[in-house]
Amino acid sequence: MTTPVIITGMGVVAPNGVGSDAYWEALLAGKSAIGQINAFDASGYPVRLAGEARDFDGADHLPARMLKQTDRATQMSLVAADWALADAGVDPAEYTDYDMGVVTSSAVGGFGFGQAELQKLWGKGSEYVSVYQSYAWFYAVNTGQISIRHGMRGASGVLVSEQTGGLDAIAHARRNIRNDAAKLVLTGGLETTLCPWGWVAQVPNPRISRQPEAHEAFLPFDAAASGYVPGEGGAILVAERAGFRGERHPEHCYGEIAGHAATFDARHSTLARAISTALADAGVAPSAVDVVFADASGVPELDAAEAAALTEVFGRRGVPVTAPKTMTGRLYAGGGPLDLATALLSIRHNVIPPTINITTVAPDCAGIDLVVAEPRQRRVDVAVVIARGYGGFNSVLVVRRCAH
Amino acid sequence: MAAFTLTQLRDTMHDTAGENDGVSFGGDIADTPFEELDFDSLAIMEIAARIKQEFGLVIPDTEIGNLKTPQVMVDFVNSLAV
Repeated sequence: MTTPVIITGMGVVAPNGVGSDAYWEALLAGKSAIGQINAFDASGYPVRLAGEARDFDGADHLPARMLKQTDRATQMSLVAADWALADAGVDPAEYTDYDMGVVTSSAVGGFGFGQAELQKLWGKGSEYVSVYQSYAWFYAVNTGQISIRHGMRGASGVLVSEQTGGLDAIAHARRNIRNDAAKLVLTGGLETTLCPWGWVAQVPNPRISRQPEAHEAFLPFDAAASGYVPGEGGAILVAERAGFRGERHPEHCYGEIAGHAATFDARHSTLARAISTALADAGVAPSAVDVVFADASGVPELDAAEAAALTEVFGRRGVPVTAPKTMTGRLYAGGGPLDLATALLSIRHNVIPPTINITTVAPDCAGIDLVVAEPRQRRVDVAVVIARGYGGFNSVLVVRRCAH
Repeated sequence: MAAFTLTQLRDTMHDTAGENDGVSFGGDIADTPFEELDFDSLAIMEIAARIKQEFGLVIPDTEIGNLKTPQVMVDFVNSLAV
């Protein structure tokens, strides 16, 4: 039998809560962070709402040296990694460097850092461009900086697949552990696009909502759905081979990464197959699933496709479905890891956080049992997390309560 | 031009790289290897770029690896200024 891969620590930077405790509290209170952009003057842009992690400032947590050579996304990643290790009680100095790896996801790289350097390039000349631009903008930089900071030299990598990347990274961390290429892996992802350059790159995307009111802009599965709102943040998780550090007390095991599947859409949605395959990988029947964290695009036809896939696999209203990302926006590479962290907190607390601002479920989404407005108390042993990425990516993770 | 001083180099080090956890360059660092101050080759390239911008003195890329301590770098920059 394959040794289980378990999650023993998490570090969260979310728009509505920095740190997993503050985040969880915000979710249960239905506290949304979607609002007018604060990071730069967005008044001249056709899209002005975002889920901004205003409580996060890298300077509160990192030395000056690190700030000068990193984008905000990397700063968030480093801090989340520190918190995840502390949460898991792992001191990397106590372990062999090649036993520890880092696998993260990034969909866009370090836009903010890159913008500042491009401004120097065109404003002052090439010699004024920071030498750190060579990698600070790059997709792999978060994995690299975490690896350097903690001396983790085991199998590592980065995955780029838009919003599915974070789940794909966590699945790859599991794969590395199963292949004995690492015993403990920091995995997940955090992202930010909140700078003028990052913003203009998104504005042409018709999937982004043009609604000006924060509480009306991101309404997945609602009859008034009009697209999504981008946000920033995500999570880093400590994944390790069960038994690597001896028996873990139940309170130090958030859950097991039980199953995963990824599919790619060519002519039609293959999401139902991704969900079924992930459940089969976990050896879990659809009836044993206690909650689904939906991709929740907010684009009406994509919501309908997801609702159809959920109904196909779980039956009509067969499982509670929720989208706490209605409080944060879609975080791209950070979205899957944050949803996974949320799923693990649901298992820990036996509560399903709500989907907020929904007033009327769209008729073609009526087949799902959406948890709206208020948290729902119920035993949660198995959770499914779904992500879809622009261009046809689907990724599904199944997590279950640790056996003890 | 006036001689390039260790104080000026220290300021440049602050501006370009900044201090790191557990590393300070407030003390006598003249003969402390850059490596011990957590300055890698990229950090030194950043210093060289700043010296070019502020003083118009060009440290050739091929020399950067030889400038192992702040004092060696100060002396080399001053040799360029002659």
